[in-house]
Amino acid sequence: MADPALFEFLHTEMVAELWAQDPDPGPGGQKTSLLVLEGMGFRVGQALGERLPREMLAFREELDVLKFLCKDLWVAVFHKQMDSLRTNHQGTYVLQDNSFPLLVRMASGLQYLEEAPKFLAFTCGLLRGTLSTLGVKSLVTASVAALPACKFQVVIQKP
Amino acid sequence: SSELFTLTYGALVTQLCKDYENDEDVNKQLDKIQLPHFFPRGYNIGVRLIEDFLARSNVGRCHDFRETADVIAKVAFKMYLGITPSITNWSPAGDEFSLILENNPLVDFVELPDNHSTLIYSNLLCGVLRGALEMVQMAVEAKFVQDTLKGDGVTEIRMRFIRRIEDNLPAGEE
Repeated sequence: MADPALFEFLHTEMVAELWAQDPDPGPGGQKTSLLVLEGMGFRVGQALGERLPREMLAFREELDVLKFLCKDLWVAVFHKQMDSLRTNHQGTYVLQDNSFPLLVRMASGLQYLEEAPKFLAFTCGLLRGTLSTLGVKSLVTASVAALPACKFQVVIQKP
Repeated sequence: SSELFTLTYGALVTQLCKDYENDEDVNKQLDKIQLPHFFPRGYNIGVRLIEDFLARSNVGRCHDFRETADVIAKVAFKMYLGITPSITNWSPAGDEFSLILENNPLVDFVELPDNHSTLIYSNLLCGVLRGALEMVQMAVEAKFVQDTLKGDGVTEIRMRFIRRIEDNLPAGEE
């Protein structure tokens, strides 16, 4: 099996690759790069969603699906569980990771805060892709107040 | 979880192929995609991976290329990809050898479409090897000479020792 460090290094290079193509992106340029990263994460999430063990996959409720992301998916990808899961019971969920592995090596505190979003786009896509495989349409965004903690907000799209 | 890296790498290659089709003539693109993109990226990974490797493996300095080959195949590949390639085809001078990968985890779930038959899918690995060895003062060339994705029986990476990189002392400190 591939060592987790490999994924981290590859992810860093993916972010760098997209920024390198457009060294001085305007506001639209950066958005495109984020969308591309998100898109790659989506594809990976879709595939992972098919492969992860889903014994209890008669998910009865939306909440079960979200718990699956916080436990099984996060353990499979980052070798730890999500630290907290909150919801307003109206289709919006906030998943919080207090030491998000892709940010841990960067900083502790506010340094590099501006750089953080690039390192979250792939993972947003990953969550959205996995949800999509499980039959849930969603929008996923991420925010960082201070590294390496971050919050992923999942808004379920009602059909 | 072993699949995360493989799947992510697949998504990256797919994306690069797509990006190139946007602004390049398809034929030109197939040639170019191999070198400018994958080598530098793999190289960058190697440059950083070597520190992780030395810190975790307790491997000291290698005294010759044969020892280097052993460390690469038995320790490094094992640690990062969970496989142990075999070492074969030593050149008489001992400056070239081949790594034979029986099961390359990078190509799980991969099928090369016909229009990408010249794409060296796992080329990232060559960059990683080159970057990592450069950080321990060895200039090497690494390239794929056989690839199961293209119908070969095995996947073979040819490693060639070019030269030892001398330490650059700052001027006036000799």
